Amino acid sequence: MPGNRFNAYQNHGVGIGLRIPHYEHIFARKPVVDWFEIISENYMIDAGRPLATLDRILEQYRVVQHGVSMYFGSVTAPDPEHLRRLKQLVRRTKTPWLSDHLCWGSVDGTYTHDLLPLPYTWEAVERTAERVRRVQDFLEIPVAVENVSSYAAFTASEMTEWDFLTEVVERADCGILLDVNNIYVSAMNHEFNPMDYVNAVPAHRVAQIHIAGHSKYEKYILDTHDHPVIDPVWDLYARAIERCGPRPTLLEWDDHIPSFDEVHAEALKANRYLHGQAPELVEAAR
Amino acid sequence: MSDARNGVMSLEEIQRAMAAAVLEPLTADEGMRERAADGRAMADVAASFIAPNGRLNAFQRLEIYNRQYWLRVLGSLEEDFPALRAVVGGNRFHALSVAYLTAHPSRSFTLRNLGSKLVEWLTAHPEFAGRRHALAVDVARIEWAFVVAFDSAGRAPLTLNHIAALDGGSRLSLQPHLQLMALAYAADELVLGLHQREKRLTSEAGVEHEREESAPEKLPRLRRKNTWLAAHRVDLSVYYRRLEREEYLTLDALRQGRPMSEALDEGFAGSAILEKQRAACVQGWFGTWAELGWICAPEAGA
Repeated sequence: MPGNRFNAYQNHGVGIGLRIPHYEHIFARKPVVDWFEIISENYMIDAGRPLATLDRILEQYRVVQHGVSMYFGSVTAPDPEHLRRLKQLVRRTKTPWLSDHLCWGSVDGTYTHDLLPLPYTWEAVERTAERVRRVQDFLEIPVAVENVSSYAAFTASEMTEWDFLTEVVERADCGILLDVNNIYVSAMNHEFNPMDYVNAVPAHRVAQIHIAGHSKYEKYILDTHDHPVIDPVWDLYARAIERCGPRPTLLEWDDHIPSFDEVHAEALKANRYLHGQAPELVEAAR
Repeated sequence: MSDARNGVMSLEEIQRAMAAAVLEPLTADEGMRERAADGRAMADVAASFIAPNGRLNAFQRLEIYNRQYWLRVLGSLEEDFPALRAVVGGNRFHALSVAYLTAHPSRSFTLRNLGSKLVEWLTAHPEFAGRRHALAVDVARIEWAFVVAFDSAGRAPLTLNHIAALDGGSRLSLQPHLQLMALAYAADELVLGLHQREKRLTSEAGVEHEREESAPEKLPRLRRKNTWLAAHRVDLSVYYRRLEREEYLTLDALRQGRPMSEALDEGFAGSAILEKQRAACVQGWFGTWAELGWICAPEAGA
């Protein structure tokens, strides 16, 4: 079954991130797209062109919200204004579920605007799960947390990243936005087998999957979302689908953005893996 | 608090230590500084909570985040203030951005608000703008007004008939997206000429380095000239409109909640406009303001 309670039982298919360079094409050509993912923060404003554009999109397409600054792992409490604006946007978009990252990024009211990794400690598990719960209760829709790409590991860590993710989502009773590109990036940066990660994730909690490209440097990989998806990431995706069954899938492309058709074609490659997953095979693969 | 039994840092301690390191300005060659603000070796700071791997030590791993932070916030400020960058030059803009963001790191969940204190800060720090300081402040003021006018709330405006029914004791409010500016230079045309504006686009992706060095652009020579300007939104686009001094002062007084008659007195204080011409002047202003939708009823509770 493609849907579960963490994605409001939706079978969204394959979508792409809604990006400004594609607006003109979308409005002029009205391409058939299963769904768009929006970055919530780009629309958490009072009025103006971004919201008017979003309303036009909402008239024709399904939209799911994805945030970049909820910072579930930050020790300081979320900004009430942030939560108020986010809920306002949730009501506007009627997003069936909402995602943000398993990371931190602000402390004492100062924001880094980055997705900083968490130490995988029991203290972090408890604090993060509590915050996810509070946000989910406030927003009154299912929340999925996304694993981030990371470039640093902490001496304080007491478990693997996949164990940490599992502990947080079980305690928060929330969904997972499984980013298989982020798993690959972190695996290369931290020297673990990415397939171990995909095999360990609680498959029944996966609400959505992200795919993307990245940039390889001499000593590390950076999650830049500016390239096509590489084969090893497709392999992780294939395994994730094998374990989870078809899940709403989204291609992220944020820099050096090619034409709409090119981005969409890259995303649609996911259909090679999404179709033909018999339920009994999925059950066996878990 | 650190766990006294094994010296492991708490989550809060790790986040404070990492944020402090990430927000430290980079060196001239865009690396992480050797010393933290408290004088400790940054290698020791990094090693106190970050583990090395086979390719990178703790310092190098922390440095990736330090660089990412500055690339992201500097890029965002550059996106919002392209004309200021052109006026002071790429290198000076870089230096003033680093100094500004060090003094005023982001206190908002959205990068949209990153430049909210730049005008105030730049006014107090002429050393970062060179000989074009006053012009730079005006340009920054116009560009920030664009950001605010672009996405601030719009309220139902009063019609001219509504306004005509008011008396001198009435209080009005202005359209939230309307921004009023008193400038030392007529810098609006300069900004419009330089404003090949890219729309802000927040994403979660890492940022690659694409900084361009540049000297200040050759600009048309501007003489000081007191200028009053409004930035406002019509049909989703931001426009600038020159105001008369008296018109600006009246609008400013209305925004501050003065009753209409007091606002007009403030508007015409010291004015060279003859008494007999003022009624026609006011009628003309209100006609234009009503047409542009600038005048609203006072907000509930105001």
